[in-house]
Amino acid sequence: MTGFRAILERDLRLALRQGMDSVMVVMFFVIAVVLFPLGVGPEPNTLARIAPGVLWVAALLSVLLSLERLFHNDFEDGSLELMALSPPSLEIVVLAKVLAHWLVTGLPLIIAAPVLAILMNMPADGFALLILALLLGTPALSLIGAVGAALVLGSRRGGVLLALLILPLFIPVLIFGVGAVEAAIGGFPARAPLLLLGAIFAATLALCPWGAAAGLRQALE
Amino acid sequence: MDQFKGASLDCLRSTRPVFRGLDFDLPAGGALVLTGPNGSGKSSLLRLMAGLLPPAGGMLTWNGEPVAEDPDAHRARLAYLGHLDAVKPALTAAENLAFWAQLEGADPATAVGPALDALAIGHLADLPARFLSAGQKRRLNLARLGLGKAVLWLLDEPATALDVETIGRLCDLIQRHRDGGGMVAVSTHSDLDLKDAVNLDLGQYTVSAARAAAEETAA
Repeated sequence: MTGFRAILERDLRLALRQGMDSVMVVMFFVIAVVLFPLGVGPEPNTLARIAPGVLWVAALLSVLLSLERLFHNDFEDGSLELMALSPPSLEIVVLAKVLAHWLVTGLPLIIAAPVLAILMNMPADGFALLILALLLGTPALSLIGAVGAALVLGSRRGGVLLALLILPLFIPVLIFGVGAVEAAIGGFPARAPLLLLGAIFAATLALCPWGAAAGLRQALE
Repeated sequence: MDQFKGASLDCLRSTRPVFRGLDFDLPAGGALVLTGPNGSGKSSLLRLMAGLLPPAGGMLTWNGEPVAEDPDAHRARLAYLGHLDAVKPALTAAENLAFWAQLEGADPATAVGPALDALAIGHLADLPARFLSAGQKRRLNLARLGLGKAVLWLLDEPATALDVETIGRLCDLIQRHRDGGGMVAVSTHSDLDLKDAVNLDLGQYTVSAARAAAEETAA
């Protein structure tokens, strides 16, 4: 447990001092969403109809943008090698780094999302569900992404490869995330898509640290 | 008394054989100096000893028990120093070291100061690591060795970028570690002054390209 805390604290401190990652991801999220009213036109009903989908797709791409750097710096400067040889198991290292990554990139997205929802003229009924669905969905995205980030470690053009590997795996989160918000807007119960999002989160929490750790071991050989 | 042994170790990098049939024996208090030309597999052998790289053949044992059966215990007893210094430029020297202390399960409040002083970089403790020179970063990385209770030190070219005085300090550090029953395996091109060190020349185990090709066609 001390190992988990040590890595979490270090990653948060590094993110705080360097500061750029978090700001860039939120900026990308905002700009990507703002492009839609410009592209689709300012008609309020059209925007309201596509709002949940646009917000989720933009969130997905923002998470993807930040994932490449999840292990990259530590791999380049040799820290990852030493962490892999330190007493805490590599699965714990992965979990700590994913949690730090989510706190730095996922949480700011969730805070920015309601503001952008207003911009997209999304009906107010969906706000609570949007936040709840993002709270369940974005950690799952970070966890799935960690497996991909570990697999492409050390390869050139890793960013593009990562997108091809990971985006298809993001689809279930997208479907049920949008489903929950649209159900709430339409006045239907959102319980089922939320439970499924929760199930995806639970499954990725249980499986992805192992997968990512296996990928890292391969990269460190 | 601890004993770290390797028996008939083979090493492959992807499909290229590096060395074959290598044996070593490292008793408590012992030092193994790995020498050999570039590409003879000194770094690979150290990574193999650390468990980063699985051996293609042969076995590593600790007190007679295969290392592969309990990797957690092996990680807890070793300290590895590679080519890269693993220093985060945004953190101060002391913060860098405190992180590794926490990972090793040592108390940063008491362990970091003495470890920095052992390599004479105590005065740099509060300086962000991006202002350190290559040699100072190396010393900061070496300071990790003084943190934990690791019995087995695996040092890959530890003397790189160090001045003569610091190389002396490093030798003292290694000697104190060995006096306490610790063991060390070190690869080097420069002469480290280690008492009663066993020299392992990897050149004699190297698989030459010609032989590898001949065996491949035979197989």
